[in-house]
Amino acid sequence: MSLITPDFGLIFWMTLIFAIVFFIVAKFGFPVITGMAGKRADKIAEGLRKAEEAEKQFEELSTRCELMLKETKEKQAAILKEASAQSEQIVAKAKLQAQDEAAKLIENARAQIQAEREGVMRELRREVASISVSIAEKVVRKELSSDQAQKDYLNTLVDEVRKIERQS
Amino acid sequence: MKKLMRIVLGALALLLLTPAGARAEELDVNAYIFGHISDAYEWHITTVGGHHISIPLPIIVRSKTTGWHAFSSSHLAHGEPWDGFTYDENGKVAEIQPDGTLVRPLDLSFTKNALGLLINGLILILLVLGTARWYRRHDGLKEAPRGLPGVMEMIIMMIEDDVIKPCVGEDYRRYSPYLLTAFFFILINNLMGIFPFFPGGANTTGNIAVTFCMAIFTFLAVNLFGNKHYWKDILWPEVPTWLKVPLPLMPLIEIIGMFTKPFSLMVRLFANMLAGHIMLLGVIAVVFLTAELGAALNGGLGVLSVVFGVFMDVLELLVSFIQAYVFTMLSSVFIGMSRQHPQHE
Repeated sequence: MSLITPDFGLIFWMTLIFAIVFFIVAKFGFPVITGMAGKRADKIAEGLRKAEEAEKQFEELSTRCELMLKETKEKQAAILKEASAQSEQIVAKAKLQAQDEAAKLIENARAQIQAEREGVMRELRREVASISVSIAEKVVRKELSSDQAQKDYLNTLVDEVRKIERQS
Repeated sequence: MKKLMRIVLGALALLLLTPAGARAEELDVNAYIFGHISDAYEWHITTVGGHHISIPLPIIVRSKTTGWHAFSSSHLAHGEPWDGFTYDENGKVAEIQPDGTLVRPLDLSFTKNALGLLINGLILILLVLGTARWYRRHDGLKEAPRGLPGVMEMIIMMIEDDVIKPCVGEDYRRYSPYLLTAFFFILINNLMGIFPFFPGGANTTGNIAVTFCMAIFTFLAVNLFGNKHYWKDILWPEVPTWLKVPLPLMPLIEIIGMFTKPFSLMVRLFANMLAGHIMLLGVIAVVFLTAELGAALNGGLGVLSVVFGVFMDVLELLVSFIQAYVFTMLSSVFIGMSRQHPQHE
């Protein structure tokens, strides 16, 4: 059969067969496959895009987290510093107050001690006075136990009164 | 390597056994090669002990004088005329005229290549619909196919994403069914053409009528849907006016170009596949041609021809794919050219 001249019969059958095959395959075959495969490719692309987005978001979040952590640490440090300063101040104030209080207490105590001492001294004086009066009484009683002595004593007293009259 | 040596030695041993039978008949290489590559009214499968085993195919002819005739080619197998028809010197069915001359009728016989095309078309339909069925039965968004549907999907998406999409351009979806069908049709026909036993072996894509039809389909796809810009480029291209006005030189060249593109598609596929088949058959023919030269030479050359045959077969596998790919790619490019938008207004 001819090699380079196309046979009409075969052209006819080829056209018919190809047309039928094309109709079936192009209608029920390829669109289903390419459609689904395309959809799947889209889905995978979408998934990849989303994953990337999520990663970006995660990164952003983590940097924000870090920032926040840093900020918090700074704040914490500041607060601690402030607190320590405040406490120091409080302690200093308390110390001052305590010193004042102590001074006041000591003053009070001193005043009290003074007052008590004065009281005691007064008592002592009174005691000493009464003791000396009673001693004097005893002495006088002993000295005036004789008549002579009483006379002598009266004489002295009269002398003394005279002396005072003379002087005046 | 050891295994390979064993195979080669086995082939050698087999070849040493053949000469006695092979020497009996003289080999007509021309008839042998052309018998394999050309179309026929029956499908010759093999010959066992001088008895031909072949599938008879319907001969359908329309005579100018006696109208339609349809009969089995087995009636003509033994050289006697049947129903007023016989084979002419080219091996085609011809009508015997009353004066004894032979006249070719309108021949629509369902030949070997037509049956081959039909079988290969059915294989294509089964493959593609089988793959599509997988998608109907599974949720394609949740799982990917494995096995045959997976392979089909991979090839389909490779052709669509790497060839059709970049070559055709934006509305590639409209053309991708045709281009994919063309690709797989050619690929399956190429592969079945190098398969040596019955459902294969019909030299379909190495037949010019088949590639002619394929080229015509692409020609139609290009020219039926070409846009305004495409036709303007052909009839009034942007070249100096003296190239178009007194003598429409450029439009003429462009119009010739419209036809040379599908012509090149037709010849490329046809010539590549035909040449591959002839090479392969020639290499195998060495075994039978050297049968007369003695067992040693025949055996040695036989081994060589087997090695070359394996090489050629593997090469043909590659060529089968490449030619289907090239046909699809060039068709895509031609379609893409017919749908181009002007880069500057």
